[in-house]
Amino acid sequence: MDRPNPVTPQLLAAVAVALLFAGFLPHLVSDFTSFQFTQAMAYGVALLGLNILTGYNGQFSIGHSAFYAVGAYTAAILLYHFEWNHYATLPVAALVAFAVGFLFGLPALRLEGLYLALATFAFAVATPQLLKFDAFEHWTGGVQGLFVPKPEPLIEGLSADQSLYYVTLAVMVLLMALAWCLLHSRSGRAMMAIRDNPIAARTMGINTALYKTTTFGISAMYTGIAGALSVFVTEFVAPDAFNFFLAVNLLIGSVVGGIVSIPGVIFGGLFLVFLPNFAQDISRTYPFVPPPWAIFGIFLILVIYFVPFGVWGAVERAFAWWKRRPAGSGR
Amino acid sequence: MDLFLQLTFAGLAIGSIYSCVALAVVMIYQATDHFNFAQGEMAMFSTYIAWTLVGLGAPVWLAFLLAVGLSFLAGVAIERVIVKPVENAPVLNQIIVFIGLLVIFNAVAGWIWEFTIKPFPSLFPADLGFKSTLIGPHHIGVIALTLGVLALVFAFFRFTRVGLAMRAAAANPDSARLVGVSVGWMLALGWGLAAAIGAVGGILVAPIVFLEPNMMAGVLLYGFAGALLGGVSSPGGAVLGGLVVGVLENWVGQYVPGGSELKLTFALILIVGVLVFKPAGLFGRVVVRRV
Repeated sequence: MDRPNPVTPQLLAAVAVALLFAGFLPHLVSDFTSFQFTQAMAYGVALLGLNILTGYNGQFSIGHSAFYAVGAYTAAILLYHFEWNHYATLPVAALVAFAVGFLFGLPALRLEGLYLALATFAFAVATPQLLKFDAFEHWTGGVQGLFVPKPEPLIEGLSADQSLYYVTLAVMVLLMALAWCLLHSRSGRAMMAIRDNPIAARTMGINTALYKTTTFGISAMYTGIAGALSVFVTEFVAPDAFNFFLAVNLLIGSVVGGIVSIPGVIFGGLFLVFLPNFAQDISRTYPFVPPPWAIFGIFLILVIYFVPFGVWGAVERAFAWWKRRPAGSGR
Repeated sequence: MDLFLQLTFAGLAIGSIYSCVALAVVMIYQATDHFNFAQGEMAMFSTYIAWTLVGLGAPVWLAFLLAVGLSFLAGVAIERVIVKPVENAPVLNQIIVFIGLLVIFNAVAGWIWEFTIKPFPSLFPADLGFKSTLIGPHHIGVIALTLGVLALVFAFFRFTRVGLAMRAAAANPDSARLVGVSVGWMLALGWGLAAAIGAVGGILVAPIVFLEPNMMAGVLLYGFAGALLGGVSSPGGAVLGGLVVGVLENWVGQYVPGGSELKLTFALILIVGVLVFKPAGLFGRVVVRRV
């Protein structure tokens, strides 16, 4: 079968320019700004997990904060109790999150859209309470959580924040590339076929059950890695950081960036880090403006009304329009 | 034995509140095939309105009736203004709009009334003329009032023309439209009723859990669990489901080690368990769809 090669020179050039820019960024801005960008990229990785699940496989989750917590706590426990190397905890966090996601995906198999959303909602609401549970307190630190050190700079001459920025960038780029390969493979097309028409997909011989649970696991794995990265950035974990509002945050980032996209997660991550500060500034300056969270909610509804395809969807549409425009016009 | 009975009666009281929330959830589900994730926060907001009215000097029953009435109007307005534009959008978009509503209500309530915990007066007198060690006066009142509300709702759907039209609009929108039922307004009415019933639940639960913007998260989760257990296609089942879940919650909290700390996890297990083993619930219909 003939398919156009998805790796075009334009794509490679765009990626190269983006990487070059990202590579120089920490030398152009302050350490604190690098730290914020690192946070944004960690969110981006989590959003990638959500996009794979919801955007490409059509399964809803409003409980991804739980998988984020699994990754974060796995890393924190290994760092705090066993004094592992920071980066060695990443694959373990990935595996544990994958396993939890896969197991949660098993009952999720029988649940369609709305019911799955409900089950994940329950998971997200129950997570902080589980993390505070007395019997696990020795490991999780209970209500207080755990403090962990920041990773040492990998290369001399870099600050700790700059080093962490590069590590997070590398992890994000690698995971984005893997996601891209997955979605452009036979398996990726099967995932999308399940999203578009599950019955037809099954008729074509796709093992929908296996694909759906595995996708759930992969999605949780991405989000778990993001959780572990976020621990390196914030240097501590506490149960209430992983409440339902984190799940809402992830959903907002995903929708704003474009839920059926890979590069959109960068915009989603930036949005999640920088908009709250901005909204807080506004509501502090003007007392009659509602608080940041209300602005978030209003923004979310407006995005769904007017640009449900998100930032990257808008970019793609603009690009397609530019290519389609009849020759000679518009010049 | 006394402890067991106390737990069971208290469970029935809190369970009847879950029944209210479950019924509100089921009403919107029947009409639109959607779970309103903002149901809990809407009820919380209604409760704050009642609290404000009480603070202004209104008798608690007047505040209750006014808050329920206002919630009804607000529910209708929310359906007309915010939910209608996504009526035919994909499920994800609708879920996101509900979540947006949840966040807005939560944040605005915290903004207006702050996040400090506030006591809320009981609707019922502390002295009912008799004494019982098994059940408190508020709990008796809660059970009686919710049973009354549920009877009213049942009578409304069973014996009035508007109730019949609403059932028709939910069961078969196209045919209902052909015989002259305004399906859109019936949906809005359903939202209004659900908001009002949710408000009853919120005002009744507030003296038990205290008033604060996040008070409904657990209640909503148990409401969902009750609705699923009874069957989302059966309002009567949802009410029964709410009661059962309330009693179970209390028993688990007392008799299962660690149960009192893991109440939300118990709700999670219940929800996932019902969805996996009996997705239609105890009294729901199994829906067979033609493809």
